[in-house]
Amino acid sequence: MSIDKTSTPPEGQTVENPEAAAGAATAVDPRLLVREQGFAGYITEFKRKIKAGDLGSLPVVIGLVIIWIIFQSLNSNFLTAGNLSDISVAMVGTGMIAIGIVFVLLLGEIDLSVGSVSGVAGATFAVLNITNGMNEVLALVLAVLTGTAAGAIHGFVFARIGVPAFAVTLAGLLFWQGFMLQILGDNGTINLNDGIVTKLTSYYFSDVAAAYGLAVVAVAAYFLTGFLGNRRREAAGIPSRPLSDLVLRTVLLAVVSFAVAIVYNQYKGLPLAVVLFLAVLVLTDFVLRRTAYGRKVFALGGSVEASRRAGINVELVRISVFAIAGTFAAIGGLFVASKIAAANQGAGTGEFLMNVIAAAVIGGTSLFGGRGRTWNALLGVLVIVSIQYGLALEGIAAPVQYMITGGVLLATVIIDAVTRKTQKTAGRA
Amino acid sequence: MVHVSATPVLALRGVSKRFGAVQALTDVELEVHAGEVVALVGDNGAGKSTLVKTIAGVHPIDEGVIEWEGKAVQVNKPNDAQNLGIATVYQDLALCDNIDVVGNLFLGREIRRRGVLDEVEMERRSRELLDTLSIRIPSVRIPIASLSGGQRQVVAIARSMLGEPKLVILDEPTAALGVEQTAQVLDLVERLRERGHAVILISHNMADVKAVADKVAVLRLGRNNGVFEVRSTSQEEIISAITGATDNAVTRRAARTNGEIKK
Ligand SMILES: Nc1ncnc2c1ncn2[C@@H]1O[C@H](COP(=O)(O)OP(=O)(O)OP(=O)(O)O)[C@@H](O)[C@H]1O
Ligand SMILES: [Mg+2]
Repeated sequence: MSIDKTSTPPEGQTVENPEAAAGAATAVDPRLLVREQGFAGYITEFKRKIKAGDLGSLPVVIGLVIIWIIFQSLNSNFLTAGNLSDISVAMVGTGMIAIGIVFVLLLGEIDLSVGSVSGVAGATFAVLNITNGMNEVLALVLAVLTGTAAGAIHGFVFARIGVPAFAVTLAGLLFWQGFMLQILGDNGTINLNDGIVTKLTSYYFSDVAAAYGLAVVAVAAYFLTGFLGNRRREAAGIPSRPLSDLVLRTVLLAVVSFAVAIVYNQYKGLPLAVVLFLAVLVLTDFVLRRTAYGRKVFALGGSVEASRRAGINVELVRISVFAIAGTFAAIGGLFVASKIAAANQGAGTGEFLMNVIAAAVIGGTSLFGGRGRTWNALLGVLVIVSIQYGLALEGIAAPVQYMITGGVLLATVIIDAVTRKTQKTAGRA
Repeated sequence: MVHVSATPVLALRGVSKRFGAVQALTDVELEVHAGEVVALVGDNGAGKSTLVKTIAGVHPIDEGVIEWEGKAVQVNKPNDAQNLGIATVYQDLALCDNIDVVGNLFLGREIRRRGVLDEVEMERRSRELLDTLSIRIPSVRIPIASLSGGQRQVVAIARSMLGEPKLVILDEPTAALGVEQTAQVLDLVERLRERGHAVILISHNMADVKAVADKVAVLRLGRNNGVFEVRSTSQEEIISAITGATDNAVTRRAARTNGEIKK
C-alpha cells in the first residue's frame, strides 16, 4: 500500500504497533491492484474506475459543463455573474428537499409527498406569522416541525404497518396538498412581510471578504481533516491515501471555491441561502458517513435482513429517515416561499416533485438504495435549475421545459441502472 | 477433554416454532455447555437453521423455554441474543453488499470516538482479527459485493468472533469453503472450545463433525432424534438417526457399491 513516507518516520510506526504493521503487510492479497505512486498511478486508476462503472460525479460534472456551454452559446447572458448567482440562490429550495430525498433513496425507498409537504410548511408559516401575527421565529420552527411530523407519520405507516413507501407517500402527496389549500383559505395567496424568512433568499454578505473568507476556511478545513486523518492512519499502521492525492483534491477544491467566490463578489456578494445550503450539506454528509446512525441508513439500503440481525432497530431508522425527509421538505418549502415572498396555492405542486427527485438521482444517488451522498443533491439541483433558467432566458415555454427535464431524468436513471450492472460485474455494487 | 461445567450455557426446553402451516420445530431439547462443541445435524429441512434463528432472536419461539446459564430468558430480537453473548453465523449470510469489510464486521456495534465513527481503530482491529484467523481478502476496504462466496463466509465468521461471545453458533460454516479454509474454520472451532466458549456447529459433513464435535444432536422433521457422544458413536448410528431408519438410502448405496467392488 502506498503509505506516504514523508510525514511520519517509519520506525515510529513499527515501534508503536508491530503486530498491526506486520498484519498490514501480510493481509494484502497479491492480486489486489494497488495504485502506483505519482501521476501515472492516477491515470491507470482512473481508467480502471471508468471500466468498472465507478464514475462518481464525473458524468454529472461533464453534463453540467455541456449544459452551460449550450446555453451560453444561445444567450451570452447565461454565464454572467448575476445569472449564476441567481441560479445558485434559486436552487436552494429544491436542493434542501433533495437532501431529504437522498436519505430516503439510500434506504431504497421513495417519498412522493415532499413537494406537498414543502407547500404545507410555507403555508403554515404564512398563516401563523401573517394571518395570526405569531412571532416569526416561533412560526418558522412550527412550520419546520409540521414537516417533521408529516414525515414521521409516513414513516410510521411504512415501517410499522408495512404499507409500501410509495403508496403511503402518494396518499401523503394528495392529503398534504389538500391540507395546504385548506389552511390558505379562499384568498389563496399570502404575501410575506420583510423578515427572517424573506431574508433567507434575499440577504447577501456584500463584503468581499465574506466569500473569499469562506473559500479559505473551506479549503483549509478540507485539507486539515484529510491530513490529520492520514496521520492517524499512519500512526495506527494502516494504509492511507498518499499526500499527493490529498493535495490534488485540495487544489481542485480551491480552484472551484475561489472561482465561485469571484463570481459572487462580482454581483451582490455571498448569498446567505448558499451558505446555509453548504452548511447543511456538510452536516448531513457528516451524519451519513461518519456516524453510527448514517451507517445504519446505508446498511438498510444494502440488506434489511442483515441489518436486523446486526441488531439495528429497522423500524426506528426508517421512521427517522422519513421524518428527516419531511423536515428538509419543510425547510425547502420555506426557501421557496422566501424566494417569491409569498405562500401560494401552487407551491410544491406540478413538476416540482419531479425536479426534486431528479436532482437527487442526477447527482448520482442510486434508486436501488445503499449508494449516494448528500453532495449529489448539490450537483443534481445545479443541473435542474440551470436547465430551467437557461430555457427561461430563451423564452422557451413550460411544455418544452417539462419534456427536456423528463428526458434528462430518464437519461440519468438509465445511467444509474447501467452503472449498477457494470458495478455488479466489477464487484462494486 | 476440557472441563465442562454443570449448568449448561444454553438450554432449550420444549421449544416449538410454526411458520404458517409448517410446524418447523416441535418440543426440541438442546443443551450446550461452556467449552463444548455440539454438532447439530439433520437432513435438509430438518429445522436446524430455524432452531438457530430462534436462539439468535431472528424468529422468536412459539412455545417452550430458553435457559441461559440456568435462568429462563426471553429472546425476542437479535439484540437480546447479542446482549446475552450469543454470536451467530447464518447460513443465509447476513452481510450488507454495499458496505466494506470493516463496516460489516462492526455493523451494529461500531467503535466510536467522541460520538464519531472511529474508522481507524475499526480498520486496525479488523486487520488484526483477520490476521489472527489467517483470513486472506484483497483489502478490508472493498465492498462485500466484490468478495467470493468463501471470502464472505470467513468475513461472517470473523464477525461472530468480535465481541468475545460465550456461545458461537455456526450454521454450515464450511459449506462454501475450500480445503484450506475448512481446516482453518475447524481449527477455529477448536480454539473457541479451548478458550471455554460454547459452540453449536451445524454441518452436513460427518467427517467435520467427527473431527471437532463433542456431542451430536440429531434433528429429524423438526424433532429431537437423539443426542450422541461423538467418541462412542459410529458414523452409521448417526446417519440412521438422521434418516430415521437403519435401512436408508445411505446404507443401501454403501451396500451396493461394496457389492460392486466385490464383483
Ligand atoms: N421463514 C420461513 N417461513 C416459512 N417456512 C420456513 C421458514 N424458514 C424455514 N421454514 C421451513 O421450516 C423447515 C425447516 O427449515 P430449515 O431452514 O430450518 O432447515 P434446515 O435443517 O436448516 O435445512 P438445510 O440443511 O437445508 O439448511 C422447512 O420445512 C422450511 O420450509
Ligand atoms: Mg439450514
